Amino acid sequence: MTTETLIWLIPLPPALAFFLIVLFTNKNKALSHTVGVGAAVLSWLASMVVFFRALSVEHLGEHPFVSSVNWLPTGDTWFRIGVAIDPLGAAVLFFVSITIFMIFLYSVGYHNFGQPAGDHDRKGLPPHGATVTDEHGHQHVVPSVEPMYSRFFAFLGLFAFGMYTLVVSDNLLTLFVGWEIMGLCSYLLIGFWYGKPSARAAAIKAFMTTRIGDVFMLLGIGLLYSLTGTLNFREIFGNEELMHTLATPGTTLFGLSLAGLIALLLFIGTVGKSAQWPLHVWLPDAMEGPTPVSAMIHAATMVSAGVYAVIRMFPLLSLDHNTMTVVAFIGTFTAIFAATIAVAQNDIKRVLAYSTISQLGFMIAALGIGAYVAAAFHLVTHAFFKALLFLGSGSVIHGMEHGVLHTGNHSVDPQDMFNMGGLRKKMPITFWTFLIGGFALSGFPLLTAGFWSKDEILADAWANGHLAVFITLATAAFLTAFYTMRQITLTFLGEPRTKEAEHAQETPWTMTVPLMVLSVFAIGYGWVGIPEDFPLLGGLLPSWFHEFVGGTLAEHPEVIPFNPVPLTVSLVVALGGLLLGWLYYRNVNSAKEDFFQIPLLKNKYHFDEAYQVVFIGPVIWLSEVFTKWADQGVIDGILHFFGPATGGIGAFIRNKIDLPIINEFIGDGLAAVTQETGRTLRPIQTGRIQQYMMLSLVILAVVGALLYFMLGAGL
Amino acid sequence: MTTAQIIFLVVAAVTLASAFMVVTTRNLIHAALWLVATLFGVAVTYALLDAGFLAVVQVVVYIGAIAILFIFAVMLTRKEMRDQGPQLNSGWWISALLAVLTFGGLVGMLWGWRGMDTLASEMPVGFDSINALGDALISPNAFVLPFEVASVLLLAALVGAVYVAFNPRSGDSRK
Amino acid sequence: MIPLSWYLIFAAGLFSLGLFGVLARRNAVAILLGVELMLNAVNINLAAFWRYGNVADMTGQVFAIIVFAVAAAEVAVGLALVISVYRSRNTVVADEIDMLKW
Repeated sequence: MTTETLIWLIPLPPALAFFLIVLFTNKNKALSHTVGVGAAVLSWLASMVVFFRALSVEHLGEHPFVSSVNWLPTGDTWFRIGVAIDPLGAAVLFFVSITIFMIFLYSVGYHNFGQPAGDHDRKGLPPHGATVTDEHGHQHVVPSVEPMYSRFFAFLGLFAFGMYTLVVSDNLLTLFVGWEIMGLCSYLLIGFWYGKPSARAAAIKAFMTTRIGDVFMLLGIGLLYSLTGTLNFREIFGNEELMHTLATPGTTLFGLSLAGLIALLLFIGTVGKSAQWPLHVWLPDAMEGPTPVSAMIHAATMVSAGVYAVIRMFPLLSLDHNTMTVVAFIGTFTAIFAATIAVAQNDIKRVLAYSTISQLGFMIAALGIGAYVAAAFHLVTHAFFKALLFLGSGSVIHGMEHGVLHTGNHSVDPQDMFNMGGLRKKMPITFWTFLIGGFALSGFPLLTAGFWSKDEILADAWANGHLAVFITLATAAFLTAFYTMRQITLTFLGEPRTKEAEHAQETPWTMTVPLMVLSVFAIGYGWVGIPEDFPLLGGLLPSWFHEFVGGTLAEHPEVIPFNPVPLTVSLVVALGGLLLGWLYYRNVNSAKEDFFQIPLLKNKYHFDEAYQVVFIGPVIWLSEVFTKWADQGVIDGILHFFGPATGGIGAFIRNKIDLPIINEFIGDGLAAVTQETGRTLRPIQTGRIQQYMMLSLVILAVVGALLYFMLGAGL
Repeated sequence: MTTAQIIFLVVAAVTLASAFMVVTTRNLIHAALWLVATLFGVAVTYALLDAGFLAVVQVVVYIGAIAILFIFAVMLTRKEMRDQGPQLNSGWWISALLAVLTFGGLVGMLWGWRGMDTLASEMPVGFDSINALGDALISPNAFVLPFEVASVLLLAALVGAVYVAFNPRSGDSRK
Repeated sequence: MIPLSWYLIFAAGLFSLGLFGVLARRNAVAILLGVELMLNAVNINLAAFWRYGNVADMTGQVFAIIVFAVAAAEVAVGLALVISVYRSRNTVVADEIDMLKW
């Protein structure tokens, strides 16, 4: 099979899986997850084939795999859609396919496949556990299987379809289609346990918030299309004349160039999708969904898609200095802003959620300062270690839920880190893999992937003279290391703080295997991007990633010369943060003793409340005003006038025209005339054959005579 | 007056008289027998017209089959009427008037026709009318189709007559 | 020799007698007898026109044969109907067989 055909086929299996599960196999849990995981495997295999074929092509950036078909007739020309895999696409496809596959596998264990159905589980609520009696007659409460197990795999399949579509697209429109499919799936999966009001609210919040960004993105796409007549990346970026025209400054709003305006609009879409300030509010709430969803959407794929889109549009973005500044500001601000909130969170998943926002901020900031490769590199490594961390946290929660079921004390929150502690002995695999993920996130020097990618961003910021960005990101990196170590310490180290933590249990292989696989990448993927001139290590391995992904751009980005300052800073903040975190939190046993439970941070700078007052409140007030006055008063009033008026006209026509004339005169009249005629003529029909014959004879005679005399006269 | 004319007049008179008896006599059996007489007269008329085959068929089919059928029918339905009471409708004179008018009309129409006084041409020497009739009936160029249709009609009439006259209360001996 | 008109007038007389029988007789069997008379009158005409026209053209005789067949069929069905009606209504008087009226 040609590579192009294979690329077309990559998104297909998950979509088929979605329809198969929804339409046919949803009654059978085993069959449904087989279909789902099987589809993920197929897509993964295809992606791997495409990736390795992409590796073997020289100068893939100049000659990517492309294939397109006519799709929409637009006057004399066609709007073409198609697939394209260039180095950036290949790198993204690599991590997307692996994480999606791992998450599918993990979901089997997470939703307790093979366990009995719950005692009183209901659809739309998380499983509450089932009581079983063992051979000794003891009753145990064990985890119960998710009631909507099949549905989950169907949604995951559709989601994977959206992500693959987005990655392989060669144009903005199909990219946007995949983007919106993911938006829908995000809504469906965050609200998967729709029985919980908080999950419902979170789903709506996520959908509405990202929608704001999407509207601007669609505007950007529309503007781009109206100016260029195409949405194909290569056609736009490859057309130097066009790019030059677009780059002419000062033609539109705020003195931005057209390119800058388009890029800004598209970037707002990313702000929504990748949860950047000020549209970050949905992501922490999205943790209401099942943990595989958090890993999938809010770490590995969907938020990455936002960054991916900006990286994709980088040639356009880089045309306007002002837009770059905005992007850099938002990224940097988000990085530090989310990192500070993460320090004060106690929910294990919420810490990771804010850390995700912060890390995405790093990538956006990197793009804002022109560090194209560094952003892509951090995107990939982050996807691996953040998926690992989320799946690890899901494993922890799962273990804690086991403990909760064992003690039967449902008031204990299995997600609160202060209820944990000492889990390293109970859940060794989860502990070690979580440790790897956490160290990668903190940027533990030399060993982990996170160090290399984050170091590259800092080096770029330093080398390009963005001192403010450099300092802010370094601070954010310090906080990252600190809250990560806080999390690890509170969760795994020390002694168990609750009975539930004492009875936590290691999770099944379907959950631990993805953790181990992902931890390999969380360490190993950094080594493909070690700068050439790094002391000692540089040159041991070829700096493949820079070479490969850098080839996507027409002008290969320059390699930053080695500088000891950012390296030192990077080392200090990572190790310092980790050390301080451990030193402080090994002695903290409850939330009250924690110095960093600052209300302002705990309440996320009151952004939710502020939005409530500034946006949601007025909108609701306006809606109510319109409902009460405009709709119920004016519109309904008019309608209430028209209703009786129409009724009156109808009654008049009926009583004066229809009933007397149509019914009585024409309708009944005709019937009466017909009936009367029939009654009068009926005696003719005597039923006596001889009379009939006589009559016919008479008439024949009369007619014959008439004919004879009239025609005969003529003849 | 030739011999043929005298024979024709006698035959016609007898035939018409018999026909008059058919439609007027009270006893239906007698009416059927008078019909036989009438049919004989018609057969003779065919003979006078040199249509020998028709004359024979007239005797065999009409007298041999149809007239006998009538007699059977009369006997089967006789119980009720017993030949008593009027055999004619109350308005019989209207019928008579109509019949006379019909006759008058027909004759009146014929009167003005110039072919009325045509005399029969001599039969060609060696012409076999029976042979010619047979040829005409089965020749594809002539009347084989009406002939076959007539046979189908007879079959249908046969089946229909059996079905209509069949008495379900007494007819089926197998029950 | 006999002129054609004799046959025609004879046939017309026979036809009219038959017509009178059909219209005036009460008994259904007698009505059928009248019908037979009318058919015979027609047959005489057919035979006469054959004889007085082109003798080689057998159409007249053929038509007469077919009239025989039709008459036979008519009598068979007609008498069967009379018998059937007689069985169910115990009458053969045409005026009393008036189920077909309003």
